[in-house]
Amino acid sequence: MSSASSTSGAADAYNDEIIRKFVVATVFWGVVGFGAGVFIAFQLAFPALNLDLEWFSFGRLRPVHTSAVIFAFGGNALIGTSFYVAQRTCRASLFGGNGLASFVFWGYQLFIVMAAVGYVLGITQSREYAEPEWYVDIWITIVWVAYLLVFVGTIMKRKEPHIYVANWFYLAFIVTVALLHIVNNLAVPVSFTGAKSYSLFAGVRDALTQWWYAHNAVGFFLTAGFLGMMYYFIPKRVNRPIYSYRLSIIHFWSLIFLYIWAGPHHLHYTSLPDWAQTLGMVFSIMLWMPSWGGMINGLMTLSGAWDKLRTDPVLRFMVTGVGFYGMSTFEGPVMSIKSVNALSHYTDWTIGHVHSGTLGWVGFITFGVLYFLVPVLWKRKDIYSQRLISYHFWISTIGIVLYIVSMWVSGIMQGLMWRAYDSFGFLQYSFAETVDAMHPFYVIRGLGGFLFFFGSLIMAYNLWRTCRGDIEPETVSSRQSATAQA
Amino acid sequence: MLIKHEKIETNVILMLVLTLLTVSIGGLVEIVPLYTIETTIEEVDGVRPYSPLELVGRNVYIREGCYLCHSQQIRPFRDEVERYGHYSIAAESMYDHPFQWGSKRTGPDLARVGGKYSNEWHVAHLSDPRSVVPESIMPGYSFLANQELDVSDISAHLETNRIVGVPYSDEMIAQAAADLAAQAGADEDTDGLLARYPKAVSGDFDGDAGRITEMDALISYLQMLGTLVDFSRYDHDDLQQ
Repeated sequence: MSSASSTSGAADAYNDEIIRKFVVATVFWGVVGFGAGVFIAFQLAFPALNLDLEWFSFGRLRPVHTSAVIFAFGGNALIGTSFYVAQRTCRASLFGGNGLASFVFWGYQLFIVMAAVGYVLGITQSREYAEPEWYVDIWITIVWVAYLLVFVGTIMKRKEPHIYVANWFYLAFIVTVALLHIVNNLAVPVSFTGAKSYSLFAGVRDALTQWWYAHNAVGFFLTAGFLGMMYYFIPKRVNRPIYSYRLSIIHFWSLIFLYIWAGPHHLHYTSLPDWAQTLGMVFSIMLWMPSWGGMINGLMTLSGAWDKLRTDPVLRFMVTGVGFYGMSTFEGPVMSIKSVNALSHYTDWTIGHVHSGTLGWVGFITFGVLYFLVPVLWKRKDIYSQRLISYHFWISTIGIVLYIVSMWVSGIMQGLMWRAYDSFGFLQYSFAETVDAMHPFYVIRGLGGFLFFFGSLIMAYNLWRTCRGDIEPETVSSRQSATAQA
Repeated sequence: MLIKHEKIETNVILMLVLTLLTVSIGGLVEIVPLYTIETTIEEVDGVRPYSPLELVGRNVYIREGCYLCHSQQIRPFRDEVERYGHYSIAAESMYDHPFQWGSKRTGPDLARVGGKYSNEWHVAHLSDPRSVVPESIMPGYSFLANQELDVSDISAHLETNRIVGVPYSDEMIAQAAADLAAQAGADEDTDGLLARYPKAVSGDFDGDAGRITEMDALISYLQMLGTLVDFSRYDHDDLQQ
């Protein structure tokens, strides 16, 4: 019904069918990725869960979890919302119509399946967050170019004179991820009929290239892209313009300029030359400023509408997400200071830090946007149950708190145990003793992850009932009373 | 500033190009000098390309995701040097495509694990980690002992490494299959192997003399880690980057 050639009014001309697909894929891969995370978390608490079978070991399943949540859940959310936002803010349908957009959708799902099947079978480059081998890398490059074409083409077709700020962030996400992906995955395959390749770079150069990539996968995939979401959906939800246009400009250029330098903080005290480590640390600390500038721009958009946080659980998700963004972008610069990093590096503190950003920021802003989008895209009045959104919010929030607190404790404890000396001047603990000490925290972390996963199941159910057109009786009555009060 | 920015935010191609330029600067400034500053990789003797068996073992290490829980990078701290050995230097991973420094120590660092444990210990530990380390949370890898190596393309692996810069000689490539078998204990004569790959440890790693398995290859890799450079010959100032 919605196609590029349709002329029956602006609203009908948008390609929304493809966005519905991305929304379904986001929810599906989210549940899969969170579930995989819970499973591998419990593998660390109870190693018998590895089953001593090659396809079930932590080493092969960990990239399944990370790729499923970052690229499958996060990627589908980003591509889907970027298509939604670009059409609305440009008042134009998608460039290339349903055909090219469908290619992006199905091509991207094929990429996910090829990558995941490879991990389970042991096909990996061992580059964190860039594990897929050369043939998958080539395929996703083709899909990504098609994505860039659709996005840029749509903006070129726009009927608005200006490009809205959300699109700047989506554009930076698309082009920078392309640059990072191509450079980091340069490799020579052993044969064109086999999966194995050897990376073009070696040792210290390879290490910095990889962490330049991986840090900016966080910076541009998990940050810039989702900031694009924030810049469109929060103003939309509270029905107010962005707090400061000037701050948006400063935020955008300073964030993308500074982020790229921060990669070496993953290599403190390694064989990477000191000058590069120091440069990475200094830029990581500077990065605190644009990060908080962006957070302030998002939060202050609520000026005069803070009361909506009390009544609108969808907005609560988005705003709490921005809050977590602020928290983890403060923690990050702290951890990038060399003397702090000496303690935190190689420990679970890093894992906790990453999850406060991904569960709290990426997860929550996406959940908020999904609750916003489903009624719009399926043309329903509202979400099936407001009560279930609140349940989802509180259950996941408790889950995140359990997760990050247990990882802080276990990480700092392990770091301190490694460097502890007894009164005779000997190392106080064997490595195995530190592993033993982490067990209770691994159980708590697993439970926290399970709550987050359980919350996503509630969301999936709630969204499915919404698509069917159901409205919970309680929601109907509360809406009537709200209308009566107004 | 706002007036000038209007030019950018009304032209998507200009915005795309400026974004690419902005994000390129940091990477160029940090990565390119690693190739141009000569002291980035320290000059030490002893670092050599992996022997064919070690290379296959390293690929098993990568395949199983060992790097997700084990680092190979000892930091210059008193406790790490006492626990693991001399701090790691860039030269030791100069032939590593890709690097295996890792980012997490759920298990201990392995940069200098070579020679610390017997082959029998490694077989027992890999097959059932808790049989030798009760607190361990490592998965069991008993299946490695049942998987015979397919080494028909071993020369191609060495050649590919040569393309990306590892100095494998024509002789090394020609002798790859023979060197692999010799290191795994199939051939008593290891003179050729040792001439090409000094300090290569050979033997029947997995205790099953009849065949060469992935267990053999992985243990041969673990047993060489961190053993190539003789650090008694260098002091801290020799290793300044």
